Amino acid sequence: MDHQTDEDMTTEGTAQRNFLSKHLGVKIGLFLIVWFLLYRQLLPLARFLSYDLIGLQLESHLGSAVEFFLYDTPKVLMLLILVVFGVGVLRSFITPELTRQILAGRRESTGNVLAALLGVVTPFCSCSAVPLFIGFVTAGIPLGITFSFLISAPMVNEIALVLLFGLLGWKIAALYFVTGILIATIAGWTIGRMKLENYVEDWVREMQVNQAAMPDNRQSWEDRVRFGIEAVRDIVGRVWLYVVIGILIGAAIHGFVPENFMASIMGKSAWWSVPVSVLIGIPMYTNAAGIIPVVEALLGKGAALGTVLAFMMSVIALSFPEMVILRKVLKPRLIATFIAVVGAGILLVGYLFNLII
Amino acid sequence: MKIQILGTGCAKCKKLAKNAETAAQELHLEYELVKVTDIQEITAFGVLMTPALAIDGQVKLSGKAPSVKELKGLLST
Repeated sequence: MDHQTDEDMTTEGTAQRNFLSKHLGVKIGLFLIVWFLLYRQLLPLARFLSYDLIGLQLESHLGSAVEFFLYDTPKVLMLLILVVFGVGVLRSFITPELTRQILAGRRESTGNVLAALLGVVTPFCSCSAVPLFIGFVTAGIPLGITFSFLISAPMVNEIALVLLFGLLGWKIAALYFVTGILIATIAGWTIGRMKLENYVEDWVREMQVNQAAMPDNRQSWEDRVRFGIEAVRDIVGRVWLYVVIGILIGAAIHGFVPENFMASIMGKSAWWSVPVSVLIGIPMYTNAAGIIPVVEALLGKGAALGTVLAFMMSVIALSFPEMVILRKVLKPRLIATFIAVVGAGILLVGYLFNLII
Repeated sequence: MKIQILGTGCAKCKKLAKNAETAAQELHLEYELVKVTDIQEITAFGVLMTPALAIDGQVKLSGKAPSVKELKGLLST
């Protein structure tokens, strides 16, 4: 981190620094207690608001839709704030440069698993997928391992996990995490086996990148906490609207779509529903925040878990805009292989869960 | 001083460019601000995350768009 030298800045900077650093632990502890107390009041509050204050009928369509909305929106947003903050602090330790250093020189298979896991915690945004791809490949990281990272980074992220946990419980969140890591590992490994190095654009392979030295990443705890707060402001500020819209749609489905309506379309008996869900999911582009509340509502109306999981993964992991970005460094054949391999993995997951649950 | 903003035009890149401009002006620096948007040029710098900021060809930060205050500290060293 830089140290400020300007005069007025130093005083201003230290003042702010002192405010945060004084009893840093106590402040975080207090925040957690307030958070927890507030969180526990959400359900009674939502019930009070919808049935006593607004005066809706218990068990009525509108009543259950309003209650669902009033309870789930603050719940999910509060969970998001907490987890995004925690992950933000964690990410201040893990830079993409560090990840690259860990992965360079790894063998395949262990490298694939490691890349898939690091994809979850390394800061990533699809807009920097290209420099990251080139940085990895030119550092000698095998193509398959790079792909494991590129698959898991957008698919298994803290936002998806929070929403799944908040709306569907920890079991499904854990299931999503494990299968997501598995797909990223196996798909990356498969791509590695296919020896497709020639289908990386020529200019990338000819590129001589001066490997920048590892930037100094020593920071004080205050800086890391501030990094976490910044992450909350940035990420929650960006996705809250998706969450609200998603829950609004989910609430409408909850209240007004008849029970078992989805059973015939997305139920277990319809074998074709898994591939169709995956295909529909590819061009759809929204983030986890928008799709998961809808998915939750669909499950409640008789859709099968495997089908819904496949749909969700396809929407999040195979996105059209990311393909367009990656097209700059990958030849069409490699892009097609990427979509096919990941799509096949998702299909498998869909069928597997429909079979066993 | 040559300030280069590396980024393909995402929201964060624009914020970084704006904040760097403000910071440089407030410090009364003699500077030239260049936006590097070509992906091949960006990767040649060796950055893994955009947006990034380089001063006289040297990458100073990547992957974030800090505040004007923080950038002033970076530019005045």
